[in-house]
Amino acid sequence: MNSNLDSRNTYWLRNKRLVIGCLIVWFFVSLGCSVIFADYLNQFVYRGIPFGFWIAQQGSIITFVLIIFFYAWRMQKLDKALKNGNQHGS
Amino acid sequence: MALKTLTYLVVGFTFVVYIAIAIWSKAKSTGEFYVAGKGVHPIANGMATAADWMSAASFISMAGIIAFAGYDGSRFLMGWTGGFVLLALLLAPYLRKYGKFTVPEFIGDRYYSKTARIVAVICLLFISFTYIAGQMRGVGIVFSRFLEVPIGTGLIVGMGIVFIYAVLGGMKGITYTQIAQYCVLIFAFTVPAIFIAFQLTGNFIPQVAFASKVIGTDLYLIERLNQVIVDLGFPNYTESQRSTLDMFCITAALMIGTAGLPHVIVRFFTVPNVSDARYSAGWALFFIGILYLTAPAIGSMARLNLTDTVQIGVVGDAEGNLVYEERPEWFRTWETTGLLTFEDKNNDGRVQYYDDSNPDFEAQANAYGWEGNELVIDRDIMVLANPEIANLPAWVIALIAAGGVAAALSTAAGLLLVISSSISHDLLKGVIAPSITESQELFAGRISAAVAIGIAGLLGYYPPAFVAQVVAFAFGLAAASLFPVLMLGIFTKTINKEGAIAGMLTGLIFTYGYIEFFKGLFLQWAGTPFAADTPDNWLFGISPEGIGIVGMILNITVAVIVSKLTNPPPEEVQNLVEEIRHPQ
Repeated sequence: MNSNLDSRNTYWLRNKRLVIGCLIVWFFVSLGCSVIFADYLNQFVYRGIPFGFWIAQQGSIITFVLIIFFYAWRMQKLDKALKNGNQHGS
Repeated sequence: MALKTLTYLVVGFTFVVYIAIAIWSKAKSTGEFYVAGKGVHPIANGMATAADWMSAASFISMAGIIAFAGYDGSRFLMGWTGGFVLLALLLAPYLRKYGKFTVPEFIGDRYYSKTARIVAVICLLFISFTYIAGQMRGVGIVFSRFLEVPIGTGLIVGMGIVFIYAVLGGMKGITYTQIAQYCVLIFAFTVPAIFIAFQLTGNFIPQVAFASKVIGTDLYLIERLNQVIVDLGFPNYTESQRSTLDMFCITAALMIGTAGLPHVIVRFFTVPNVSDARYSAGWALFFIGILYLTAPAIGSMARLNLTDTVQIGVVGDAEGNLVYEERPEWFRTWETTGLLTFEDKNNDGRVQYYDDSNPDFEAQANAYGWEGNELVIDRDIMVLANPEIANLPAWVIALIAAGGVAAALSTAAGLLLVISSSISHDLLKGVIAPSITESQELFAGRISAAVAIGIAGLLGYYPPAFVAQVVAFAFGLAAASLFPVLMLGIFTKTINKEGAIAGMLTGLIFTYGYIEFFKGLFLQWAGTPFAADTPDNWLFGISPEGIGIVGMILNITVAVIVSKLTNPPPEEVQNLVEEIRHPQ
């Protein structure tokens, strides 16, 4: 029972850490690079497109998709670990 | 074959498909009616979510908004996609684990209170009806333009189709219809983009064309566009014209609002398990991304094409502007709809299209002998008329009509379902008459869907404002009311019913009041807004579109303070929270 409770607490703790990490990336790319630092990043121009503008219209959306699949993949592993841990505990 | 006949054929064919799906997937139980029996594959659900969520605004208006606003249009691109990250990380897996039927039901259980459930239903109805008005308007516009029927007739046909598959099939019917609608709308959106990208840059992929050289020049697309429009006094395409704070608030409000929209959240109730809910959110955004990464490319290419059509020679040359009598065919067609209007202010028989609100350009324009901008263009044209501007074959134009209708109908159906389930399941079964049987509840669900369709049609016929604007407000309301209590309900055990109710009401009333004050949303029918909608009047310079973020902060603050001052939630609620946090 105790190890079960432990593994459940660890699961939640790790989940929270992962969520916070992903949200930092999310915030940095969407509201950071695309809004707050957009003017600064716009000085770098590649193939006619200023970088801040490109992040806002293309890069941010690609990053969002990657974040979700990364999170889903990591959580799937964590779910499995919890399931195995539970079997040991009980 | 004439364009009109072809359009009737293509749109008619899609309708037959939708109705066939509805008959095949008729819902037999409340579980199938509300959540499609929880058996939808995550990729299929991702596709359905994409159609559910991409509305008439995404399909018809967004590329046009970007075309005219340039960088500032990014707030919609990011705002309407970034929310899926929040949804996948903060809400969807836990609400799927909770495993019942509706969003207010979760709020009622988590906050152990029928009052909280009713307040959540009120928020939901507010958001969904605001949103659905925009969809029905979109249906009306598409019908009136492409099928040349009055907006009212278009609305009735659209309502009839949605009625058949939403009322009959419930969530199950809607899910499979939405998958078909996704295919129609994404095909319709990308095909013209591919044609135009190839014509303009010689590259088939719109996203690559976005960073390619324009044929016949030495300049990249965005460089060329900037050069052309800045010469006409328009602001630089890649730079912001809004304050950073306002841009920040609008983008954030749209993202958080997306995560708080009930009709999007319930889509994740339909997958088999928690892990599927997370992956499904990823697939949803992948399918949405295909359209959203194409829209900015369309926007810039369409703007360039349009400007080049009117400005045929050197700016300022007498010969540099299009002669009105020699205007292309599409120009004439769209003039008849009133979405494009020309007024020859300096009587030279030519079209001058430039930014006459730019004081720095005024002297220049006067020197050219221009007496004001002569061309007024509705932004929705950028998508609707795109195939005609680029001289694409008639079947592509017919496809656009089918795509626009698919985008509007799929979103309307999703909204109708959450409206009807909140009435039959949350109000009727949950509060008013808990003793009704399942078949009675199913019947009530169908009746409320039918009534909701009627109201939606009226809202579409007498619209509060134009499509994208109305939809933008639904996001502010969702961000300020439902999202915070859902998130707090999962990630804290201390927020209690008093806190949640006070928080939701504060967020909703504040945000709605602010929007009504500057824009006039529903009350506009009775009069005008209370104050001029200018940056000087706004609170901290935040526009009504972005105020949802302030509403959200108020909601959370009130919820936390009130919870601290009142009794903590009972033991079994804390157990429920513990339960939904773990997948087994």
